[in-house]
Amino acid sequence: MKTEKNRRSAFLRGMRDGLPIGLGYLAVSFSLGIAARNIGMTAVQGFIMSWFGVASAGEYAAMTVIGAAAPYIEMVLVSLIANARYLLMSFALSQRLDPKLSVLHRLLIGYAVTDELFGIAIAQPKPLDPVYSYGSYAVAIPMWAIGTALGVIAGNVLPLSVVSALSVALFGMFIAVIIPPAKQDKVVLLFVALSFAFSFAASRLPLVSTLSDSARVIILTLVLSAAAAVFFPVRPDDMEEADI
Amino acid sequence: MRHNVYIYILIMFAVIYAIRVLPLTLVRKQIKNRFLRSFLYYVPYITLAVMTFPAIVEVTQSPIAGAAALVVGIVLAWCGAGLFPVALSCCATVFILELFL
Repeated sequence: MKTEKNRRSAFLRGMRDGLPIGLGYLAVSFSLGIAARNIGMTAVQGFIMSWFGVASAGEYAAMTVIGAAAPYIEMVLVSLIANARYLLMSFALSQRLDPKLSVLHRLLIGYAVTDELFGIAIAQPKPLDPVYSYGSYAVAIPMWAIGTALGVIAGNVLPLSVVSALSVALFGMFIAVIIPPAKQDKVVLLFVALSFAFSFAASRLPLVSTLSDSARVIILTLVLSAAAAVFFPVRPDDMEEADI
Repeated sequence: MRHNVYIYILIMFAVIYAIRVLPLTLVRKQIKNRFLRSFLYYVPYITLAVMTFPAIVEVTQSPIAGAAALVVGIVLAWCGAGLFPVALSCCATVFILELFL
């Protein structure tokens, strides 16, 4: 049985490791807040969205749906696609938990499986102490939500040049996520290049360009990912490395 | 906006939470199907790439500044820079270039 003291120390370790992540979140979610402001969302809506979403690409994709006033079903599809990588991470994380860990703990750990928080959880000795994750969540999630709200508010106050500059932070983060695997895996590199090309073409071509942004993202992702999976299936032993 | 923002957020949350929690609670084994595994492996990179371009050149005041930020971000990430430095460098690139453009 774990003592009260052990739990507290695991929580504090989680908070310590969550702090640098939270600081990065503050900056990136600020950019997310600017995007939220651009589609007319309020600071409160931005805060709630980030508090419950805890997902950069997922929330940004959701904003393209809200901005386009697209049907609710599009929100379901876009959210499935934009957050599909969390499915992989949760699979990987499920192998790290004590098989006897209660469902309640599993429900709580699942709340904030993000690239970064998943990253530090995986670096912990197996089985993962859920209290460690709660410590990291307790620091990182509020900073993510506050940053978003600040982005909405300050986006109205800051000069246009600063808003313009900050609005690319989110894309900078996306680039930082896709380039390292593209460097290691030439197929990923090829498909990143193809994604850029097709996405650009789809935004310009007649007919296709009349689709909403979110519909374009769904269609292109499904088609290109299916093509990649058919022509370049991943060997199971590669996956173990790639998942994590 | 015709639709209710809070309903959109609720749907988003329900989907994201289900994605995160279902593998942790229900599935204790790895996915076996090769196509599905490969598909899930490629989806995150492709969807992020599709969302990044051309959007990055459309959010800035000058498209050239956005394009430059994209190039700077790719080069720095290629050289091993982390998430935060890459994001900040993209912002700095846009800020500096838009002073002149």
